[in-house]
Amino acid sequence: MEILSKIHARNLVEWAKDRPEVLVLSADLTSSTEADLFQKAYPERFFSFGLAEQNMMSAAGGLAREGFLPFIHTFAVFIYRRAYDQLVDSVAYPNLPVRMVGFLPGITTPGGITHQAIEDVALMRAVPNMTILEVGDATEIESVLDVTLDISGPIYLRMLRGEVPRLFAKNEPLKFNQARVLSQGTDITLFSSGICTEEAMRAMAILKQRGVSIQHMHISTLKPFSDPAVLEASAQARMGVITMENHTIVGGLGSAVAEIMADNGIGKKLKRIGLKDTFAHGASRAYLMREYELDALALVQAVEEMVGHELDITETDLQTVRLEAVHSIAKAEAL
Amino acid sequence: MTFSSPTATESTWQEIVYRIANNIRLRVLEHTLKNNGGYMSQACSAAELFAALYTKIMKIGPSEAPMVPPPFLGVPASDNPHYQTGRGYNGPIAANLDRFIFSPAHYALVLYTVLIEVGRMSPEGLAQFNQDGSSVEMIGAEHSPGCELTNGSLAQAISQAVGIALARRIKGDSGRVFVMMSDGEFQEGQTWEALESMVHYKLDNMIVYVDVNGQCCDGKMCDVLNIEPLKPRMEAFGARVFVVDAHDADALAAPAEVEPDGRPVIVLCYSDPTRGLPLLNTRAPKLHYLRFVSEDERETYRNEYEKMLVELKGS
Repeated sequence: MEILSKIHARNLVEWAKDRPEVLVLSADLTSSTEADLFQKAYPERFFSFGLAEQNMMSAAGGLAREGFLPFIHTFAVFIYRRAYDQLVDSVAYPNLPVRMVGFLPGITTPGGITHQAIEDVALMRAVPNMTILEVGDATEIESVLDVTLDISGPIYLRMLRGEVPRLFAKNEPLKFNQARVLSQGTDITLFSSGICTEEAMRAMAILKQRGVSIQHMHISTLKPFSDPAVLEASAQARMGVITMENHTIVGGLGSAVAEIMADNGIGKKLKRIGLKDTFAHGASRAYLMREYELDALALVQAVEEMVGHELDITETDLQTVRLEAVHSIAKAEAL
Repeated sequence: MTFSSPTATESTWQEIVYRIANNIRLRVLEHTLKNNGGYMSQACSAAELFAALYTKIMKIGPSEAPMVPPPFLGVPASDNPHYQTGRGYNGPIAANLDRFIFSPAHYALVLYTVLIEVGRMSPEGLAQFNQDGSSVEMIGAEHSPGCELTNGSLAQAISQAVGIALARRIKGDSGRVFVMMSDGEFQEGQTWEALESMVHYKLDNMIVYVDVNGQCCDGKMCDVLNIEPLKPRMEAFGARVFVVDAHDADALAAPAEVEPDGRPVIVLCYSDPTRGLPLLNTRAPKLHYLRFVSEDERETYRNEYEKMLVELKGS
């Protein structure tokens, strides 16, 4: 598997080249949010706002009103926890095209409670006018900026940084409000988002081998959540539906799926994999994914519960989809 | 009704400011009597400031908005093509013209009144105040006449104005960005964040007029949470600060005439929240909102109103 690094950093420079209206706003986390190459390439379009996110958020609204496309770059937590009032009044209410690029989604950082955005999707889903996108691999990082062009209002983007695998073919870009079908099946429908898709893919081959037929779909548009293919796949699942997200199970992907199932009278079982209404703490991503049961093994257990018997799958059976470069110079977990 | 019209003897811009200021107080008091409630102290403290901004200080064009405000046309949304802000009352957007950013939404009644007194809105507009389905809302938002930003959560407007001022600099506009604020907003941390960025980016195309009436909702600011001394605090942040008498037209206008020197300008307009209506002092220290406690009290204010009316007509 191909592992790429600093994808957003390079892509943003290229993408913004002939778009003079694109500005980048940073809150003292420029290289940590891969905005450093943009700053170098277009210093006149880069604005440093320091550790003052509330002012930055409202100022982004002001810039957007004047016809610019401000891309806020900071850690996701500081966007919605620190500046929620500002993002609602200065950006979302007036439906302005501010792009909030939030890094370190969920447990992808050892920064602990203060740095882990675990309820961001829940809060952002509740904000009218908001669009929410989340990338799951390198191809999606490369293509998500194009998707933002057709969206006239604010966008919250759950972004990945550092070393990211390419799970999806380079010529199959992220498509707005369209789930990506990764495998077809009839027993269970699985919706996964963000880094959980890679985890789910690790378990797919062995689950199929054990005779469970799974419809696996990757979700990159969390709001709006109206892809008819999602509804159809929920309805056709013989045993039930599983969701898997790097987020609390309250208010995120699992809740969005529950809402459309209930709205449409789909009386199937739903299992939500995610943080079980708990905060996490500071540790490595792999450790936290195991501890809080967000990983491939957690999916296997959920499938076992749904089919009603054990499938005799151990951790060693789980295919390693992701191959980490052993002598990496990039510190994926660095603050 | 029209309280007092320009007279043949009225020859200076200062006289116009004072006449309009008195009319603002009278109209807000009239409204308060009629509705058994109103933001009266804000009119008393900021009447000359609003009058001077609209008639002398700001370079703005004629209103582009209807004299009678349209009803509320729905919240901004991608599928609402009818949505518009109340910015049009402050004239067109042009590179050489100033922009007026109104921050303390609780002063909306005073803003609507000045729009009437300077001929940008019909008095009928005020009749829609706080009426269901109207855009002339009690605590204004960006669709209300004279507003262009959503500002009811205080201290957000100055930061939005930072964005507008940065954008105007990128475009090379010569017009400035005026922000009208209340001193209570300096209790909010965001205001100081905004100041940091205004100084850092040398936004001398921003000029902030602050009504320093020393009042907030709970009473006197020095008792609720003291923010003084404002001038040295702001100067320590790097701003260019002027302290003026909020009821002196010349003093209000002078800071807008200074040559830009790289520093954002802040004009602290020290005001009397009972100016022109000393009767309000009986309610001190709680002046934020005037609602009559009895018919007797309303009658006392009605008598005061009649006296003010006679004085104004006689002058």
